[in-house]
Order: sequence, then C-alpha cells, then structure tokens
Amino acid sequence: MLQAVQASGPASSSKSRRGGRSGMTMPLIAPSVVILLIWSIVPLVMTLWFSFRHYNLVDPTQTGFAGFDNYVYLLTDPDFWASLINTLILVGGVLLVTVCAGTLLAVLYDTEFFGRSIARLLVIAPFFVMPTVSALIWKNLMLHPIYGVLSALFRDVGLSPIDWFSRAPLLTIVGIVSWEWLPFAILILLTAVQSLDHEQREAARMDGAGPVASFFYITLPHLRRAIGVVIMIETIFLLTIFAEIDVTTAGGPGVATTNLAFLIYARALLQFDVGGGSAGGVIAIILANIVAFFLVRSIARNLEV
Amino acid sequence: MRHTLGGKIGLAVLGWGIAVVMFFPIFWMVLTGFKSELQAVNPSLFFHPTLSSYADVQSRANYFAFALNSVVISVGGTLLALLFAIPAAYVMAFFPTHRTRGTLLWMLSTKMLPPVGVLVPIYLLMRSTGLLDTRTGLIIIYMLMNLPIVVWMLFTFFKEVPRDILEAGRMDGAGRMDELRHVLLPLSLPGVASTGLLSLILCWNEAFWSLNLTSSRAAPLTAFIASFSSPEGLFFGKLSAASTLAVAPILIFGWLSQRQLVRGLTFGAVK
Repeated sequence: MLQAVQASGPASSSKSRRGGRSGMTMPLIAPSVVILLIWSIVPLVMTLWFSFRHYNLVDPTQTGFAGFDNYVYLLTDPDFWASLINTLILVGGVLLVTVCAGTLLAVLYDTEFFGRSIARLLVIAPFFVMPTVSALIWKNLMLHPIYGVLSALFRDVGLSPIDWFSRAPLLTIVGIVSWEWLPFAILILLTAVQSLDHEQREAARMDGAGPVASFFYITLPHLRRAIGVVIMIETIFLLTIFAEIDVTTAGGPGVATTNLAFLIYARALLQFDVGGGSAGGVIAIILANIVAFFLVRSIARNLEV
Repeated sequence: MRHTLGGKIGLAVLGWGIAVVMFFPIFWMVLTGFKSELQAVNPSLFFHPTLSSYADVQSRANYFAFALNSVVISVGGTLLALLFAIPAAYVMAFFPTHRTRGTLLWMLSTKMLPPVGVLVPIYLLMRSTGLLDTRTGLIIIYMLMNLPIVVWMLFTFFKEVPRDILEAGRMDGAGRMDELRHVLLPLSLPGVASTGLLSLILCWNEAFWSLNLTSSRAAPLTAFIASFSSPEGLFFGKLSAASTLAVAPILIFGWLSQRQLVRGLTFGAVK
C-alpha cells in the first residue's frame, strides 16, 4: 500500500488529476452548477422583465411596456437614495462593531480564567437566536420606553428613559444586529487566536514586548485571514437584512431605517407595485454584484485551489 | 501568560461581565415567559413563576405542528444540500481545473443576491407549480439558499484530506463513487457534520422565505413567532413564552454541538 503511494509519485498523480478524466467528473459537479444557474438566472430574467412593465397587483388597468419609467421613478425618488445610504451604514456599522469588539473579546476569551468555558457558551448564545425573536426581545423586553429593562435602569439612576426607535432608530438597529453577529465574529477569531503559536508570544514577552505591542505585532497579523472571512460572511448576510427591520420599525420613522431590501419589499408587497419593486430588485442585484466583485477579489487571494 | 492574582480576578470579572451582558436578553426572555402578563410588564427579578403564558400560547397555536415543520424543512433542506454539494466539492477539491476557482467564487456570489429582489418571480413560480405553502417548496428554497456555503465549507474540509490516501485507494481499483463513499466521507465526517450543523441552524432561523412563502400548512416556527409579534406586542408574557419555545431547541442543539460547529464556521481561515 505504502509502496503504491510512493510509486505513483507527484508527477503521475498530477497527470491523472488534469488529464483525460475530466469528462468523468462532470456528472458529479454538474447538478450543483445547473441548479444554481437556474436559481440565479430564471428569477433574475423574470425580475428584469417585470421591471420594464407596468404591473400593479391591485390596479389591472396598468399594463404594457413601461420602458425605463420604473427605473427613472426609482432613481429620482429620494427614498431610494436614503435607503442606499442606510444599507451602507447598517453593513459598515455592524462590521465595525463586530470586528473590533470580536477581536478584543477573542483575545479575552483565549486567556485562562475561572469558568471560562461557561462564559463562552453564554457569549455565543445570541448566534443561535432567530432574527425575528432577537428583534422582538430587544424591541419589547429591553428597549420598550415604559416597560423595558433598560428604561427601568435609566429611571433607577435618575435619567429619563429614551424611546430608542424614534430617537436613534438606525443606530439602535445597528446595535441589535451587532448583538446577533458579535458571537459569530468571536467564534471564528477565537479559533484563530487559539491556533497562534504560544511560544512565539512567550518569546515576544521575554524580549520585552508588552501586551499591547504583542497584540498589534503578533496577534493582529495572525488574524488577518480570519478577519477577512468574518467580513465576507457577515457582508453576505448583512446586505439582505430584513426581519430585524420588519419587526422593530417597519422601515420608519419615515425612511430612517429603510434599507434597500426593505424598500423593495415595501414597493412590491405593500404598495403592490411589482414593476417598481422589480426595478429596485434589479438595482439591488447590480449593487450586490459590485460588492461581490470586490469581496470575491479579496478572498480569491486567500483561496488556495 | 502569567498574571498576578489581581489580574486573574480582573480578567474573570471582565470575561463574566461581558458574558452576562450578552446573554441577558435571552435570560430575560426565558424569565418573562414564566411571569403572568401583569408581572411581565414590571421589570423585576422577583415574581411568582407561572405556566399560564405557556398554556395561553399552546391554546392559541399548536406549537408542535410548527416545530415539526421546522424540523422537517431544516433537516430536509440540509440533507438535500449535502447530497448536491458533496460530489461537487469532491470534484473541485481533487480534480481542479482552471475553471474551479471561478466556479467556486461564482457560487458564493449567488448568495449575495438579495432574496427580496427575486421574491415576486419565486412567489409566482411556486404558485403555478403548487409548491406554495408546502414543506417541499421550502426545502427546495433552503437547499438552494445554503448550497453555495455548503459547497464552500465542504471544499475546504476535503482539501485537508491528504491526496495520497485517495490515490492509494484508486490504485486498488476503487471507482470514483467508491472512493467518495468509502474513503473520503469517512475521513472527513467531522467536516461534513459541522457543515450540516451550520446549514441546519441557518434553515431553522431563516425568516424571509418562510414568512412569505408559507401561510398555514407548512409554516415553521418563524411564522409561529411572527403571529405573536405585532398586534399583541404588549403581551410580554405570551411573547416571551412563544419566543422561548421557538429558540430553545436550536439553542440547546447549538450549545451541545458548538465544538463541532466552530470547525466548520472558520471556512478554512484557520490553519
């Protein structure tokens, strides 16, 4: 057995990998590629088609070809631009909080202390809570201006409670979503910190590097790849945040918390304007592809194929 | 690292303090579920525990029907995704061509399309094929939704399997499917398991497709909890009891499997 492995050698193995056998691998990979192609193209084509039509679910008189009307209507709508900026703030804000806090907490939960494994379980718990439920807990039990826990705490120390969803709506949503995603960042970064060579850190300490210096010059460079993964996975999910907004503010007050996903939803399903909603969908897809292009380029460098 | 006694206590206090703050909303949700509605609006740690909220919830909506839907849809979607992804990841990991990297990245980019952008066509397609409000319909959607991530995770796990072992099997005359089933899968079972775990959690918690594509027959727990949200938002007791019921299974499952899960979550970022 062992001799057979050695006999096959690197040269012949790479030949069998690339050579004539590629035909035999097609049936294995084709199903996934084909269904993903259908999944990404059929709805896209239909969305594109609707976006050039007058199509309103409650107004059957609106039919026919619309040209670029739906797009012009959308692009000249200040709500659209507001939702675009909200989307960026939401994604950027949550990434900033989770990556910074996640890195520091990963280092904290890597150091030994009493009951660390239980503390870790408590910290990662929010990751398993469904977004609808987290939104409901925060909206009602925590932040409710009269009955919420935070309001009670505010009153106890003599401050007047704040109605978070009307005073700082977008910031509050960023906070809730950060609470949901911080455990994910901690989990990945903690695993990466654990793989760090402890002898290397010990050597740095002997050479007189303080904890701050060793964090910036040893830990942080080591975490680069893991931070890249956190940013990529989170961005994929944060771009399409929906449940948290739907449950807490329904996009309001005004359009203060409307992101692009919620704007399209409101157009297509609340105002029944399929044409306008589809135009929004097309724009969202184009934007997602721009983001995907840059993200994918940065992971492509980390990807060994 | 060496620490003084004071430093150790300080670390423990900090570590536990942050853990308690992070977990507090969940703890409070469980607590409020055991309060009567009158006690629930009073943010206090001390109360007479009661099961009345749970009884009310169960009498209004049959929890177990929703939970069964959640289990069937999550497990079904995950198994189907694994079935499609394992052969594809196997080929990409062991028979890479110049197109492999592009294919992998393209698959990932399909995950970035906002579902809301294609909701209307998917809704219409499901309606015309009779899949609306069926478990089968959601299983298919969830499979497609998670397939890119599942393929990618399996790919990173398969790459860790030494090529020599597979090639040794090939010398002994094992066919491609034999090699996959009897050599690769047993070797990378922990990786496949953690991929499946993540997919299960994502399916269980998914709230966009499940709310828009189901109404009653196939409605999972996300729909169950949504029915307790807006109109009666102020019934904190019932809301908390229902939330606890919806979250508890996956939270316990996640805690039990966290070690396994973490391996998969790193997406090959940790060497």
